[in-house]
Amino acid sequence: MPGTGPSAPIVTAQDLVMQFGGMRAVNGMSLELSKGEILGLIGPNGAGKTTLFNMIAGALRPTAGQIFLQGQDVTRDPPEARIGKGLGRTFQIPKPFAQMTLLENVLTGAQHQAGEGMLANFLQPKKVAVQEKAAIEKARSLLDFLTLSHLANEPARILSGGQRKLLELARVLMADPAVILLDEPAAGVNPALLEFIIGRIADLNARGTTILLIEHNMEMVARLCSRVIVMAQGRLLREGKPADVASDPAVIEAYLGVAA
Amino acid sequence: MIAQAIFNGLIAGAMIGLGAIGITLTYSILRFANFAHGELISWGAYATLGVSTGLAAHFAPLAAPLGPFSFGWSLPLGLVVSMALTGLLALIVDVLLFGRLRSRGGAVIILVIAGFGAALTLRSLLEFLFTTKPAYFTEALQIAMKIGFGVRATPDQLLSLGVSALLVLAVHVLLTYTAIGRAMRAVSENQQLAALAGVDVRQTIRVVWLLGAALAAVAGVMAGLLVQIRPHMGHDLLLPLFAAAILGGIGSVPGAMLAGLIVGLAESLSVQLIGAEWRAAVAFVILVGVLLLRPQGLFGRPA
Repeated sequence: MPGTGPSAPIVTAQDLVMQFGGMRAVNGMSLELSKGEILGLIGPNGAGKTTLFNMIAGALRPTAGQIFLQGQDVTRDPPEARIGKGLGRTFQIPKPFAQMTLLENVLTGAQHQAGEGMLANFLQPKKVAVQEKAAIEKARSLLDFLTLSHLANEPARILSGGQRKLLELARVLMADPAVILLDEPAAGVNPALLEFIIGRIADLNARGTTILLIEHNMEMVARLCSRVIVMAQGRLLREGKPADVASDPAVIEAYLGVAA
Repeated sequence: MIAQAIFNGLIAGAMIGLGAIGITLTYSILRFANFAHGELISWGAYATLGVSTGLAAHFAPLAAPLGPFSFGWSLPLGLVVSMALTGLLALIVDVLLFGRLRSRGGAVIILVIAGFGAALTLRSLLEFLFTTKPAYFTEALQIAMKIGFGVRATPDQLLSLGVSALLVLAVHVLLTYTAIGRAMRAVSENQQLAALAGVDVRQTIRVVWLLGAALAAVAGVMAGLLVQIRPHMGHDLLLPLFAAAILGGIGSVPGAMLAGLIVGLAESLSVQLIGAEWRAAVAFVILVGVLLLRPQGLFGRPA
């Protein structure tokens, strides 16, 4: 059981196992994410990185192992409960609510709103209206932060792939996450937008958000992360500074697939 | 005579529209056609009858007719209680039946057949409790007033139209401008994504049931007030309800109401112009026509 002091890890995964039929996608993986850091998670395709993410975020229930979020055991919590407890997560290929406007997309991320109960809308209209107004203001400022505010009232289906990544990030930020799991934010993004995204991730971290980053772009990992863990075949392969890890023969071998 | 038929069609259409809103919401959010929705209409009517009769028996002043209407305060009070009770009934059915099937990830057809089973059970229970004999909210007779263009209408009918218009507006506002409305649209568009975005999907589903059932109770009371209360009343409305939900476009509240009015008008005019024996066929013709020509309905989005 992890501690709960100020220096305690914000996310702890212990001995996670994910079995899909005859395949073990994650095989006894543990990690600790310290408050305030940007931790890089790298590894060849099929190493189990996204599966690990899915378990931490609650999209998959681990076959074995435990997950703690800010000291609380969340292993059995559904994804929306984890979001309520401060966990945000983005996808490699984000999907917006295509028929809803950008503003509405971001607002779906708002947590603990009185207006989510039907009766409150009739019984406490004032409280609901005040909360809704604050939520809309916040959503607009997030769209602003991610340079999407000019599209606020357009349906999300018109967005490009890169813009969808920004919109998804805005929606995740709407819930005020203490930790964000970013799944390949750089994939399929043009160089100019990539610079912008790197800048925004650094901004968020400077404001105190802890980040776990899956990324193949080693330059981005080296610029953002102080610590990197390498996964291969569902297990931890190496852990260390980006430069050390990138030159480690075992890591190079895992990526090139020379030997198992 | 045509003007009167149009008016009668609007009244029937408003009733169909209210029921169709519940169907369109459950269909778009839970992704199955709930054939037990008609029973929520019947149960809503009987629950109102029970509560308002009880109230009138214990507090005689509540039974005194209100202004020009045929009923006293006992009926609107009974309706409010019945909306909550009908919502509760829908939640119970969901917990006992649909929710279990959903969590097993069962195929849609299983939910549909379960809906048929629930409908049969609920209908039989009503027959058992209240017999098949028609019942009425009030014994009072209302004189229809002339309201112009040769149309006669009772105050009850005009009130029903007004209440329907208000409810449609309220539901539309709820869906468009509130957090729960946004949650419903998000769940209807992509349930998995909604859960991952932090929308409480279970809570949203509960609200959808409550809302659909409450509107069904209102439709039931309208039907009971304007015609009569029978255990089969909701079941007999099922075809026009689905015709309206599909014509309006699944998921569209204004669409369901407008289509309800269209179906009501078409039924009423067909009685006038073709013959009463064709009334029941009209909704069917509309349903098949929409499915063949414009399956997404008037306001639906193409799949």
